[in-house]
Amino acid sequence: MNPELLRDQVPAVIGALVRRGADFYSAEDAVQDALLQALGAWSDDPPRDPVAWLVTVAWRKFLDRGRADRSRRARETAVDVEPLAGPVPSADDTLALYFLCAHPSLPSASATALTLRAVGGLTTRQIAAAYLVPEATMAQRISRAKRRIAGLPLDRPGDLATVLRVLYLVFNEGYGGDVDLAAEAIRLGRQLHALTDEPEVAGLLALMLLHHARRAARIGPAGRLVPLDRQDRTRWDEASIAEGVTILQAALARDRLGEYQAQAAIAALHADARTADETDWVQIVEWYDELLRLTGSPLAALNRAVAVGEADGPQAGLAALAEVDAALPRHTAAAAYLHERARDTALAADLYAQAARAATSAAERDHLTREAARLRQQARR
Amino acid sequence: MKYLLLKHYRGTPAPAVNCAPMDQWTPQEVDAHIQYMHDFAARLEGTGEFVDGQALAPDGAFVRYDGEGRPPVVDGPFPETKELIAGWMVIDVASWERAVELAGELSAAPGPGGKPIHEWLEVRPFLAAPPTVTD
Repeated sequence: MNPELLRDQVPAVIGALVRRGADFYSAEDAVQDALLQALGAWSDDPPRDPVAWLVTVAWRKFLDRGRADRSRRARETAVDVEPLAGPVPSADDTLALYFLCAHPSLPSASATALTLRAVGGLTTRQIAAAYLVPEATMAQRISRAKRRIAGLPLDRPGDLATVLRVLYLVFNEGYGGDVDLAAEAIRLGRQLHALTDEPEVAGLLALMLLHHARRAARIGPAGRLVPLDRQDRTRWDEASIAEGVTILQAALARDRLGEYQAQAAIAALHADARTADETDWVQIVEWYDELLRLTGSPLAALNRAVAVGEADGPQAGLAALAEVDAALPRHTAAAAYLHERARDTALAADLYAQAARAATSAAERDHLTREAARLRQQARR
Repeated sequence: MKYLLLKHYRGTPAPAVNCAPMDQWTPQEVDAHIQYMHDFAARLEGTGEFVDGQALAPDGAFVRYDGEGRPPVVDGPFPETKELIAGWMVIDVASWERAVELAGELSAAPGPGGKPIHEWLEVRPFLAAPPTVTD
């Protein structure tokens, strides 16, 4: 059986256990145990009804774990004598799980880990590998997060903004271990999109699809970053772009704009240009204006300054950049780019080298070093 | 046996070859260098000798305890003279000789003109767990 199909069932199975009287903490553990057993046993001999199998095995594991707990045993006995309700996968259960796992009281590293396990159905080992931490550390992080939200009701609408933020963080984490977190974030985004008709959910899903579409073109040999204007656009995934654009258009038609829709609109305008020269920078600046109005985010202001540089010329871009907090990571890199566009090659090269020293990832550092080297080579010719 | 190969921004013995900063190389030289480092790590993964590799930003500070109820003392940014670690690779190899051999290879990464940069790397054995059988 395809592990993704198996993982799709995890929220419903947790929900089924909770409805039978299990607390979330134990139910989630029991389902993780059942999932590990399923991954081992099913490759040879998949059951006819995977959900029923998971519910049965998880429930048995839950009971086994609870044997020592007297007060809980009383409750279990009461539940056990009642006819067991069939595992009806419930959309509300799954949505409630999203809200619980991304609860605003949780630090974002805990919320992302718990979401990947309880909603995504990933194993602790996979999540640990994806975030490059020891498995025991990740197990503790998840367990502490669960204790923190213990006792919160599962049936109340939560904060959708934190759920979207969690998925956005997972998407940006990208690629590590044997799990493709970007693809996982898209899978969860699709699931969430099917559960709620909030336009921002659609906006985030569209944003992720449109960026994911560029993946093959974005990374060169030895992990080299290829900037947007130099990407081979024939390598962009057209199906992913088409899907993203369709979802975005439907969301925009609802006329309830939000930050993810605005970002997706910018990505869609890039996707629309067959070459970098055909990019509609004027419209992109307008979308950055919207984004800035919605979020006030300094990063949006920084990206807007670069877009202004494309739409109205580098001097206008530099003027816009002067209004942006210079302490922002990438501020120097943006300045370098705009000075390069203004043909101030020597200054741009120095700024790229300076930006490389302030880079927050090895890939960006290497890219910026290479940009400095490229301009210095140009200057020598 | 595990060994730490430490790469320094500064604070090594006098360089064997005076090498311009990387942003003054040609883009092709930069690419060749990065590709070499990439291939080296991939090869050690293939031989089962790679454990971990990380790069560090040049910024940071010294921090120490300053007494009950007081915030820690932060001394930074680093002075220009401070020895500065740029990153590390942890390898798990059969012997000190193998660790030295690999450090030598890593130090031969190409620089300007495609010539090895002869960079100093610090090689340090990990302190291992105590042996179970002691008599």
